[in-house]
Amino acid sequence: MFDQEFVRNAWLAGTAIALACGLVGHFVVLRAQVFAGDALTHVAFTGAIAAAAAGVDIRIGLFAATIAVALAIGAIGDRQAAEDVTIGIVFSWILGLGVFFLALFNTSSGGGNGLLGARALFGSIFGLSAGDARLAAAIAIVTIGALIAIARPLLFVTVDPEVAAARGVPVRALGLLFLALLGTTAAEATQAVGTLLLLGLLAAPAGAAQRLTANPYRALALAAGIAVLCTWAGLTLSYLLPQLPPSSAIIAFTCGAYLIAFLVTSELGSVRRRVAACGDWNET
Amino acid sequence: MTIMSASLLPVASLTLDPLSDLMQLTAFPFMVNALEAGTIVAVMAGVVGWFMVLRRESFAGHTMSVMAFPGATGALLIGLPAAVGYFVFCGASALVIGLGGSGAHRHRGEESAVTGAVQAFGLACGFLFLGLYQGVLAGYENLLFGDFLGITRGQVLLLAVVTLLALAFFTIVGRPLLFASVDEQIARASGVPVRALALAFLLALGLAVAATAQITGVLLVFALLVAPPATAQQITSRICASLVLSVVLAVMITWVGLALAYFYDYPVGFYITTVAFAAYVLARVGRAVIDDPTLIARRLGLADASA
Repeated sequence: MFDQEFVRNAWLAGTAIALACGLVGHFVVLRAQVFAGDALTHVAFTGAIAAAAAGVDIRIGLFAATIAVALAIGAIGDRQAAEDVTIGIVFSWILGLGVFFLALFNTSSGGGNGLLGARALFGSIFGLSAGDARLAAAIAIVTIGALIAIARPLLFVTVDPEVAAARGVPVRALGLLFLALLGTTAAEATQAVGTLLLLGLLAAPAGAAQRLTANPYRALALAAGIAVLCTWAGLTLSYLLPQLPPSSAIIAFTCGAYLIAFLVTSELGSVRRRVAACGDWNET
Repeated sequence: MTIMSASLLPVASLTLDPLSDLMQLTAFPFMVNALEAGTIVAVMAGVVGWFMVLRRESFAGHTMSVMAFPGATGALLIGLPAAVGYFVFCGASALVIGLGGSGAHRHRGEESAVTGAVQAFGLACGFLFLGLYQGVLAGYENLLFGDFLGITRGQVLLLAVVTLLALAFFTIVGRPLLFASVDEQIARASGVPVRALALAFLLALGLAVAATAQITGVLLVFALLVAPPATAQQITSRICASLVLSVVLAVMITWVGLALAYFYDYPVGFYITTVAFAAYVLARVGRAVIDDPTLIARRLGLADASA
C-alpha cells in the first residue's frame, strides 16, 4: 500500500491533521463549543469557494475565513445566552454567501468545474501532492505545539473561569487564542475530510475519550489517539474498497468509536465517573 | 444547477411597478408552486424555529437539517422518493439526539458531542450514498443549496399536510412546552412531562426541517429556522406577539428571497439567508439603540480607547 506516493502523502497529512483535531476537539467538547466548531467548518466552505472565485490559492481563503470568523465569534460571544443564536445566524448567512460564490465561480469557469465544490465539501485526501501534505503536516504541528503550550491554563479557564480570572489568568485572551487555533484546525482539516465531515473528527473522538476517562489530560491523549487510529483505519479501508470515499470511512470509524464508548459507559458508570470528576476538579 | 436552469427562462426584469412585477412573478406555474411552497414552509419554520431558539437547540436543529442530505441521497440510491428519505433520516436523528443527549445527567458539552457525532455520521453516509449512486454529481448542489424551480403540486400538498400536523402539535402541547422551555425545573416539579416533551419537540423539529429542506436546500434550512424567531425575539419580548412576528418575518423573507432569485440570476439560498441576516442585524442594532441611545457614541469611544 505504501508503495504508492499518494497513499504516503495521505497518511502523512492525515496523521498530523487527526492529531490536531483530536487535541483541539477535546477542548471544543469540554468548553461546549461544538456548535462554534460546526459553524467554523461551514465557514471554511465559503472561504474555499470565495478564494476559488477570486482566483487565489484555496488555502488562503480557508485560513483567512475560518480564523476571522473564529475571532468574531469570540468577540461577540461574551454572553453565553446570546451565543447559540448569534452563531447560528452568522454562519447560515456565511453559508449563503458560499452559495453565491459557488454560483459566481461556476459562471466564470463556464460551469465546467463542479468538482471544486465537491472537494471543498467532502475533502480529497488521496489527491494531495507531496508539497501539500508536508505543508499540512507542518501547520498541524505548529497548531499542536501552540495548543500544548496553553493546555494547562486553558484547562483551568475551561473548568472554572471565575476562579481563573481571580487568579489573574487572561480568560478572554485564552478563549480567543483557542478559537483561532480551532479556526486553523478547521481550515487545515478541510483538505483531508472536507468541511461537512470535519465535525466527526473534532467532536466524536473527544466525546468518546471524555466518556472513557474523567482525567482531563488522559482524555486529551486518548482523544488524539482515537482520532489518529480512526484516520489510519479509514485510510486503509478506503484504499482496499475504492468505492468508499476516504472521508466517509474515517468519519464512520470515529462515530463508531463514540458509539462504543457510549454503550460501554452505562448509566451506573456515568454516575461513578461524575463523582470522580468532581473530586479531580476540586483537587486542581 | 439553479443558474443553468434559470438562464433557460424568458428574461424577467424588475420594473418596480408592483402590479406588473407580481404578474411576472406569477406568470409561470413553477413560480406559483414555489411561492406557495415557500409560504407554507415559512409559516412552519417561523413557529418551530421560535421554540427552537427559545430552547437554545439551534445546534440540534442544524444537525437535523443536515440529515436531509443522507436522507435524499439514500432514497435516490434505493429508488424511493426523496421526501421519504428526508422524513426517515430527520426523524431518526431527532430520536438519537433526544435519547442520547438528554440522560439523567445532562451536560452541555456531552450533549453537543452526541449531536456533532450524529451530524458527521449522517453526512458521511450521505457522501457514501452519493458515491455509490454514481449518477450525475451535479445534482448534489441542488440537494445542498435548494432548487425552487422544480417544486411540483404533489410536494406543495405534502408540505401543507406536514405543516398542518406541526401546527396541530404546537396547538396541543404549546403551553406546557413553553413552560418546560422557560423553566425546566419548576415545570418538572409541577408534573409536566419534561423529557417526553423535549423528545416530541425534537421530532416535530426534525419533520419541519425535513419539509423545509426541500425548498431551501439542506444547508440553508437553518437560516429560515433561526433568523426570523431570533429577529422577532429581539423586537418584542411578549410571547404571542413575537410568535406571530416570527411567522410574518419568515414569510416576508421567503417572498423577498424568491422574488430576488427570480429577477436576478443567483441562487435562492443566497438571497434568503442574506435577507434574513439583514433583518436580524437591523433588529439587533435598533434594539440596542432604543435601549440605550448613547450606546453608539460610547461604543465608538470604547473602540478608540482599546485601539
